[in-house]
Amino acid sequence: MKEMDQYNFAYLDEQTKRMIRRALLKALAIPGYQVPFASREMPMPYGWGTGGVQVSAAVLTPEDCFKVIDQGADDTTNAVSIRKFFQRTAGVATTEHTEDASVIQTRHRIPEEPLKEGQILVYQVPIPEPLRFLEPRETETRKMHALEEYGLMHVKLYEDIARHGEIATAYAYPVKVEGRYVMDPSPIPKFDNPKMEMAALQLFGAGREQRIYAVPPYSRVVSLDFEDYPFDPSKAEHPCALCGAEHTYLDEVIVDDDGGRMFVCSDTDYCAARRAAGHRGAMAAPYEEEETAG
Amino acid sequence: MIDANAWQQANPLFSVRGLSKSYGGRIGCADVSFDLYPGEVMGIVGESGSGKSTLLNCISGQMAPDSGEVLFDTRTEGLKDTRKMRESERRMLARTDWAFVHQNPRDGLRMGVSAGGNVGERLMAVGARHYGDIRDSALDWLGRVEIAADRVDDRPSAFSGGMQQRLQIARNLVTGPRLVFMDEPTGGLDVSVQARLLDLLRGLVREMGLSAIVVTHDLAVVRLLADRLMVMKSGHVVEAGLTDQVLDDPQHAYTQLLVSSVLQV
Repeated sequence: MKEMDQYNFAYLDEQTKRMIRRALLKALAIPGYQVPFASREMPMPYGWGTGGVQVSAAVLTPEDCFKVIDQGADDTTNAVSIRKFFQRTAGVATTEHTEDASVIQTRHRIPEEPLKEGQILVYQVPIPEPLRFLEPRETETRKMHALEEYGLMHVKLYEDIARHGEIATAYAYPVKVEGRYVMDPSPIPKFDNPKMEMAALQLFGAGREQRIYAVPPYSRVVSLDFEDYPFDPSKAEHPCALCGAEHTYLDEVIVDDDGGRMFVCSDTDYCAARRAAGHRGAMAAPYEEEETAG
Repeated sequence: MIDANAWQQANPLFSVRGLSKSYGGRIGCADVSFDLYPGEVMGIVGESGSGKSTLLNCISGQMAPDSGEVLFDTRTEGLKDTRKMRESERRMLARTDWAFVHQNPRDGLRMGVSAGGNVGERLMAVGARHYGDIRDSALDWLGRVEIAADRVDDRPSAFSGGMQQRLQIARNLVTGPRLVFMDEPTGGLDVSVQARLLDLLRGLVREMGLSAIVVTHDLAVVRLLADRLMVMKSGHVVEAGLTDQVLDDPQHAYTQLLVSSVLQV
C-alpha cells in the first residue's frame, strides 16, 4: 500500500468535500457573501491556512497542478508544508510557476503574473468579517450585511484620514463586490486590490471562523474610498533590487545592522523569471550560477 | 412667527394608539395613547419602574410591543405604522428622521472612534462620501454643542460626562431628524452642567423645530423643555396635559405626591 492510498484523495472524506463544494457554489452565486460551513479539524493549527486547505482539497482534481505561495514566496515554511501536504495526500503535480498552476493557494498576496481563465486562486482568510473591529456583535454585522448598511466601514476610513492625513489601511482593504456586499479581501496589500477584477476564480476560506466566500471571474470589485481621498494602491517607492522591476509589490529586507536595506519583489517566482530573462537590479549578483544537480 | 393655533390643524407627526407591553404576568405599560405634533416636546415622568423606559423603547422601535399602533408621519407615505414597516425601513428611519439620546452617553457613542467620526457616522450611513464635507459638518455641529474645534480628533473617552452627552446630541442631530427620543438626557450630570445642557437642548429644539419625547424623573427638566406632560404610574398614564397645568395644579393623587416630593433649596 502506497503512502497516498492511506488517505482519501486530498485528505478530506467525500462527504466533507461535498459539503464544502455546496458552500462554494452558494458563495459563487452571491459574490462576496460569507457562507457558513462546517469547518473540519485539519492537521495544522488554526491561523496556518486551515480554511484555504479545505477549499483547495474540495476543488482539487488528480489532473490539477498545485502552487502555494505565502506572502508571494514559494519557499517559506507555510507554503512548503501545504504543498507537501497535497503532494502526499492527493498526489497532484506541483509547480512554482504561476502560469503552469491550475490551483494556487495563497496567503496575503495575489501573484504578479495576471491569472488566466480556468485558474483558481484560493485565499487563506484569518478574519472574514470586514466589520469585525467596528461592530463586535456577529448578529449585528450579519444584519448590516443583509440591509446593506455599510456606513460604518467609511467611519473607519474617516478615522484613518483624521489621524494620519490619508487612508492608512494598507492591507485587508475593504472592497465592495458587484455593487452589493462589502468584503474583506483577506490581508493582501491594497496594492493587489485592483487585481481582484480578474479572469480567474477567487475562493476564500476561513477555517477558524467557518466561512467561505468567493468572487467569480470578471466581477466588479471596488475598493472603498472618499471622493476627495480616492483609493491609492500604494507600494514602496523603489525598484526591485534584484530584478529591477518598478511595477511589483516589494518586501523590505534589512541586510545589516547599520540601516542597510533592500527592496525585493515579494513574488519570488515572478522575480526569478525576470532575472532569468536578463533583467538586473542594483543589488543583483553579477552572475548567477547555473542550476546544476548537486 | 408661527400662528398660535396652527398646531391644532396640523397632522400629528407621531401617534401612539393603545400600546401595551407586558413581561409575562407583569405590566410594562398598558393602553398608552397620545399624539405628538410637529415642533412639540412631550415629557414623560414617573418614578422608577413606572414603565417610562418600556414605553420609550416600544415607541422608538427598540422593543416590540404586544399590541397597539405606533404611527409616524413618513416623508413619502404619510402616517405609517412603524411596526408593520420592514426592518430596513425602520432602521433607515432610526438613522435619518429619528434620533435617540441615551441616558448614558457610552450607549449612544462609539467610544473607540473620534468625536468627528462619531458625528460623521450618520452622514456616512446615509451616503455621504466626501471627507471634507463630512468633517466640515462635524466641526459645525461640535461648535453648536459648544465643543472646541480642536477636540474633533479626540476620542469620547477623553471627554467629561457633560461633553460626552453634548457629543451624543450632536451625533444624533447631524442628519436633521424630525423626532428625537431622549431617555434621561441629564441623568448623571451635576446641576450646573445639567443647566447648560438643558439650555442647549432648548435652543436646538426651538431652532430646528424638533419634536421630542423626553423621558425623565426630573420634574425640572420637563418644566424647562416640555410643552406637554404625561405622568405614568405602574404602567398606566394617570394624568396628561400641558406641563405648567399638570405641575401647578396636579389632579391625580400620584402627581400631587410627585410634585410635592421635589426638594426645595
